[in-house]
Amino acid sequence: MRYRQTIAVLALVGCFVALYLWLHALGYGGAIKCGASGGCEIVQTSQWATFLGLPVAFYGVIGYLAVLVVALAALRPAALAQTSWSTLLALLATIGFGFTLYLTYLELFVIHAICRWCIGSAAIITLIWIVAMAEWIASGVRSPATRTDPAASRQQPGPRV
Amino acid sequence: MNRFYVVLTVLAVVLGVSVLALLKTSGGAPAAAAGPPPTVADDGFRGYSLGQESAPVEIVEYLDFECPVCATFATVQMPTIKEQLINTGRVRWRFRDYPLPIHKYSRFSAHAAQCAGAQGKYFDMQDQLFEHHQWAQTGKDPSSLFRTFAQAAGVDLKTYDACMESGKYAQRIEYSRQEGEKLLVDGTPTFFANGTKLFISLRRLPNSDDFKAVVDSISARPARR
Repeated sequence: MRYRQTIAVLALVGCFVALYLWLHALGYGGAIKCGASGGCEIVQTSQWATFLGLPVAFYGVIGYLAVLVVALAALRPAALAQTSWSTLLALLATIGFGFTLYLTYLELFVIHAICRWCIGSAAIITLIWIVAMAEWIASGVRSPATRTDPAASRQQPGPRV
Repeated sequence: MNRFYVVLTVLAVVLGVSVLALLKTSGGAPAAAAGPPPTVADDGFRGYSLGQESAPVEIVEYLDFECPVCATFATVQMPTIKEQLINTGRVRWRFRDYPLPIHKYSRFSAHAAQCAGAQGKYFDMQDQLFEHHQWAQTGKDPSSLFRTFAQAAGVDLKTYDACMESGKYAQRIEYSRQEGEKLLVDGTPTFFANGTKLFISLRRLPNSDDFKAVVDSISARPARR
């Protein structure tokens, strides 16, 4: 449960980081707050700032929202013991992590500018991926085939004679 | 309600308020540098120039940094013109500002170039503004991008920020614009050779050959006594 709660909190934070970048890409709020180095504008105005005609940050908002919704759904009491939710979270986190790796590569080796907000988002999705993978592996250990449930294995007292 | 959901809700509210605050406080272009000044004064400045003072022909270019045609001219034609006419001592090229009212950040970009010029980096900043001209197509506030350009141009940012904030060169830019207006500049870029307006009937962007023809024509005339 702790894993899923951690993923939900991280996804919420990531969602707002992506939301800020998306709103900025739509022209809200003037210059982006990016610190003295100011690589955000270079990244945000580069040709890689849009994907399939939409700002990259928009996909970030959608991606984090998806992770958040799935994590919350997985936290329902009925879903806590279901390992399929762990698989779904690990899958979503891996897609997000892969996309972030590609974007970070573009920043470092193609655009040659670092956007602090993008680095922040990359750190968040990396953490989500680590936690999601840890939970997925742990859920495998706990899966019904190998699970050792103390309650189930506890010896039932036999009828007294 | 589960304590976790309370924490999550509080966190969502805090983050939402933070994003709103960030959007509200994101500093835009300083009004002093972005808009026309209330008064106009001649500070005696007549534009930054390239080439030798002794060059027989002076070309004056009225430009607008937000104008895409000016950017194309600067990046495509100007390198050849520099090589063939300016570096050979045949032409001196002077740049004057003519911010067009249809462009939102014309004055602001001209002011950024002037603030860089105050630190001896006008041409480096001009290169940055024209070579990364995608800023002019986004319609977004370019203040922080210009700071990045200024930094790349080798400008001291603290002095640059103070210059932009004060709108120190707003009057100079407006004086240049009014000067252009008196000379019937009707668009950008507009060129004058030794005071005569060029390419009035040309329906395309002039190239290095057009300027070479102008310079050849002026040089062929007998010197006045």
